[in-house]
Amino acid sequence: MSDKGMMNNPVIRWIEYRMPIFSFLNHSVGTEYPSPKNLSYWWNFGSLAGIVLVIMIVTGILLAMQYTPHADHAFDSVERIMRDVNSGWLLRYLHTNGGSFFFILVYIHVFRGMYYGSYKEPRELLWILGVIILLIMMATAFMGYVLPWGQMSFWAAKVITNLFSAVPWIGDWIVTWLWGGFTVGNPTLNRFYSLHYLLPFVLVALVVLHIWALHQFGSNNPLGIEAKGPQDKIPFHPYYTVKDLYGMGVFLLVFFAVVFFAPNLLGEPDNYIEANPLATPAHIVPEWYFMPYYAILRSIPQKLLGVIAMFGSLLILLVLPWIDRSPVKSARFRPVYKWLFWVFVVVCFVLGYIGAKPPEGVYVVVGRIATAAYFLFFVVVYFLSYIERPKPLPASISEPVLKGGGSPAGAQAKPMEKA
Amino acid sequence: MTDTAHSARPEDGETRRDFLYLAAGAVGAVGTGIAVWPLIDSMNPSAEVLALASTEVDLSPIEEGQRVTVTWRGSPVFIEHRTEQQIAAARDVVLEELPDPQTDEARVQRPEWLVMVGVCTHLGCIPLGQNPGQSRGEFGGWFCPCHGSVFDTSGRIRRGPAPRNLDVPAYKFLDDGRIRIG
Ligand code: HEM
Ligand code: FES
Repeated sequence: MSDKGMMNNPVIRWIEYRMPIFSFLNHSVGTEYPSPKNLSYWWNFGSLAGIVLVIMIVTGILLAMQYTPHADHAFDSVERIMRDVNSGWLLRYLHTNGGSFFFILVYIHVFRGMYYGSYKEPRELLWILGVIILLIMMATAFMGYVLPWGQMSFWAAKVITNLFSAVPWIGDWIVTWLWGGFTVGNPTLNRFYSLHYLLPFVLVALVVLHIWALHQFGSNNPLGIEAKGPQDKIPFHPYYTVKDLYGMGVFLLVFFAVVFFAPNLLGEPDNYIEANPLATPAHIVPEWYFMPYYAILRSIPQKLLGVIAMFGSLLILLVLPWIDRSPVKSARFRPVYKWLFWVFVVVCFVLGYIGAKPPEGVYVVVGRIATAAYFLFFVVVYFLSYIERPKPLPASISEPVLKGGGSPAGAQAKPMEKA
Repeated sequence: MTDTAHSARPEDGETRRDFLYLAAGAVGAVGTGIAVWPLIDSMNPSAEVLALASTEVDLSPIEEGQRVTVTWRGSPVFIEHRTEQQIAAARDVVLEELPDPQTDEARVQRPEWLVMVGVCTHLGCIPLGQNPGQSRGEFGGWFCPCHGSVFDTSGRIRRGPAPRNLDVPAYKFLDDGRIRIG
């Protein structure tokens, strides 16, 4: 951002005097924002998610210029985007795959937070805002997926809105209200489009709050100890702006490789069949990023309890800062939690795999065990925080580096970071 | 606020003030509710959607043993001209063994005609069994592929996650060969 030279520019000085936006930016992402000097590449994913949000909004606005939100025309208008609109295929593949990559980045970002204890005091509110962002993202992606009005669009909309019929007494009323009719139809498509356009801007606002909360105490770091003074920090610009840009280059390589060479890799072929309210496809599956929750829903044989467990699996993250009572943040210094964390990651992948499989035979059994394990993780974390004996923490962020070989803990954690 | 209150007896003033607070708050809350309701209600089914709420069906071409699907309010309605055996099978059950106990008699107006909404009461998929060659599940009725609910020849849930039997819509025989659904 701005260095001293920039402030010599009379136009900038004129604006700055009336509205100090340049010094604001400089304190936010510039030379005046000190950050821990030991941030690893796991700290790139937040800014990457921000870039994808911008990509989604830009491609989304352009798609909206070509898309027709009507049950009779939506499917054809998306086909027209794919065939006739100049670069329409590119816009759509960027937007569709952008949604998937958004979730990949945010999931890594969340796991990062869990590994390094970033949700702990004083960053609880920052964490809670993050979970809310995840929830709104999910709502946005779900409603976006309905817009092309293919078979999967339609049946995803039907099954997911029907979840609310599990609410006692007023469930059916809620579902009719959500649909604006007696089943998923044109009114449903219209309101989903309206909300799909709105929610990304709500996300932008939430991201601003998220970053505001972040700047109150600054980033956590791989050691999980707070910076003791200026010797533990470096200015955000140019060090982390450059690091974030480099990460962005790597990310875009992967992203465009998929967009250009395997654009339907993460999609469902059935969604290229127009919606038919009278016939359900043989295997309905949600998008991959919803699979773990879908697996939890199906693992519980009672409808209402299944719905509660599914939403609970996300909402429980909101209280994670109070479940985990250990004062030590980074898993590097928590010998048991470290393994527990990786077990949790594996459980999430197993749930994702089960969600893609038909609910029969061994898949049901594995799904139930994994669902139990998912929730058990939080119970164990609670008790563990009382009995675990953490390893000694370094005195400061600088200490492990300046001591040459580094502390034993620092050396041990190295391979973990690359895993 | 309090420094503008010049009550001779402070306790009195306090209670009156509390009352005014509560009253104003209550009026505000009710007023907000009344103002918000039309906004919420605008998302409910509109008049022209409600106007499409009934369908007439001619039953005469449907042969015994045949199943047809008609559309009512955007959803499929299953109509089956049941055979003697199917009726007998539907009536030969121990009610206590059903997840949602209901007699077959209570689900039909005329035993040979079974009319019900073809939407799974679990999460809204369309059960299989209407077309020849589709699985009918082990009770000879319908089978929902989404999460494996099995329905019998009366459309009652026998196994799987669906909580209720398939719904029977309101319908009326206009004469021997025609019904109006809705
Ligand atoms: C948080 C950001 C967003 C996410 C996660 C998201 C997600 C999605 C998804 C998953 C689809 C379905 C794509 C497909 O299967 O073809 C979609 C479609 C669509 N989205 Fe978004 N979206 C976002 C932002 C936006 C914005 C800001 C707009 C408009 C301003 C927009 C407009 C559209 C349109 C018009 C479609 C239908 C065309 C199509 O299916 O390709 N989206 N979105
Ligand atoms: S929708 Fe029929 S079993 Fe779930």
